[in-house]
Amino acid sequence: MSQLEPVKLRQDFPILSRKIHGKPLIYFDNAASSQRPKQVVEAMSNYYYQHHANVHRGAHTLSVEATEMYEEARRKVARFINAPAAESVVFTRNTTEAINLIANSYGRKNLRPGDEIIICHAEHHANIVPWHLIAEQTGAVVKAVGLTSERRLDMEQLDDLLSKRSKIVAIAHMSNVLGVVHPIREIADKAHAVGAVMVVDGAQAAPHVPVDVQALAADFYTLSGHKMCGPTGAGALWAKAEILREMPPFLGGGEMIRKVYIDHSSYADIPMRFEAGTPNIAEAIGLGAAVDYLEGIGMPEIFAHDQAMVRYALELLKPLEGIELYGPEGADRGGIIAFNVLGTHPHDVATALDGEGIAVRAGHHCAQPLMRALGVQSTARASFYFYNTEEEVDRFVGALIKTRDFFAAFA
Amino acid sequence: MSFLDSLYKEIILDHYKNPRNRGEIAGALHQEGLNPSCGDELELFLAIDEDRIEDVKFTGEGCAISQSSASMMTQAIKGKTLKEALEISRKFKDMIQGKPAAEELGDLQLLQGISKLHARVKCATLAWVTLEQALKSVEEAPKIS
Repeated sequence: MSQLEPVKLRQDFPILSRKIHGKPLIYFDNAASSQRPKQVVEAMSNYYYQHHANVHRGAHTLSVEATEMYEEARRKVARFINAPAAESVVFTRNTTEAINLIANSYGRKNLRPGDEIIICHAEHHANIVPWHLIAEQTGAVVKAVGLTSERRLDMEQLDDLLSKRSKIVAIAHMSNVLGVVHPIREIADKAHAVGAVMVVDGAQAAPHVPVDVQALAADFYTLSGHKMCGPTGAGALWAKAEILREMPPFLGGGEMIRKVYIDHSSYADIPMRFEAGTPNIAEAIGLGAAVDYLEGIGMPEIFAHDQAMVRYALELLKPLEGIELYGPEGADRGGIIAFNVLGTHPHDVATALDGEGIAVRAGHHCAQPLMRALGVQSTARASFYFYNTEEEVDRFVGALIKTRDFFAAFA
Repeated sequence: MSFLDSLYKEIILDHYKNPRNRGEIAGALHQEGLNPSCGDELELFLAIDEDRIEDVKFTGEGCAISQSSASMMTQAIKGKTLKEALEISRKFKDMIQGKPAAEELGDLQLLQGISKLHARVKCATLAWVTLEQALKSVEEAPKIS
């Protein structure tokens, strides 16, 4: 395995040379959104400057070029997650929209009163609220698997919850707070054994973990481009073609039709059936460029770097008094560290770190049920990517100690 | 003065660690405040006699900025008429939005630094937005004569 070179890769990211409050920026908010390399921005500007026209319309050259670039991006995303065919990759705005699409199309068609949707306590709101909305409309019920004392998904509880009433099992591939990578294959096998489909929220995992939707035995996989060096407004839903083909449209409009009459219409085949209206063409092309960029580095190398960063940071943080850490340790831990400075609110911690040029997230991380399960109102969170270095972790830990001591002085 | 010292002045941290008027008032007008984006919560209790705030208390959980702002607010509005309280609220929000601080804000002027930290404006104003919601409900309630 080739060694990843963060210092060299950083040169592709102009923003990482910025100073914040006079200090070199340390960007540790990658779980919220990563930064963009020049290659992605240039792919988008090249498209706008040289090739833009609407896609799948018209016979003129630009439209043909734009369509080809857009469809090439789809093939790149399919390859990235080892999807058997590009036709079952649907471009969405983000993971949130992809999960809403599944709930509104697959869920509305297939859920009956009393059917159960199984999530877990660590889910992001994007993999909770769409299920609430569709449950209200169909009479289905949302149930959640708890966590073990180590904050892993409790597989025994999952066994207890699963039954012939279970129709959808929707779990994050990687938790956006705990950093744990869930054993999706094992969960999917259990879901399939009771006849449920497996929906995977890949928002955190797709940027950091090699994804193979076939090896995971997923039925649906969702991702957000902006967390993986791509632009905002570009995400994707992948579904097994035989499932996607049977799903009714989510949004209606241009692009998604076959024939339209005054009183009825028929719909296009997949994937166009789910892409009503002019799509985010430049953003999809940018996502394609991001996928190229990540594959150029190597997804196994990226995950190995994230894991090395998290191990290094945890070794420095664990001995510290007054710092509470959340999430398991081991081979299933990705590059996210949720933490609290005891007695100090995470917002104040984040403001203090910002003063040192360090960007971390503070709050409930769109995971309020998990905050309740952890017994906290909120946490701070540092999250790493391939362009972060151990030297940055050293500065972060130093700033955190300073912050802890500053607020402790007033206790 | 360091970044932290300039923002988290001693009096602010004192209000955070030792909040004034913390608690509930049974039977009083009660209003919940919430910052959904960050999870800060506040409950405000107002004992109002005629048009005067006889007593005020708060409970809640949040950062030093939101909690100290609430603590100082209770001191500033206790004993004031509803109209006076709204006037203080307006002046406080003006200050947080970057306008010069009015002198009658007293210790609340120490929160002026927040006007330069856009990410924390919502924290500083949570108690005040909650107060205005509570007073609005008084205004809209049918008058009992």
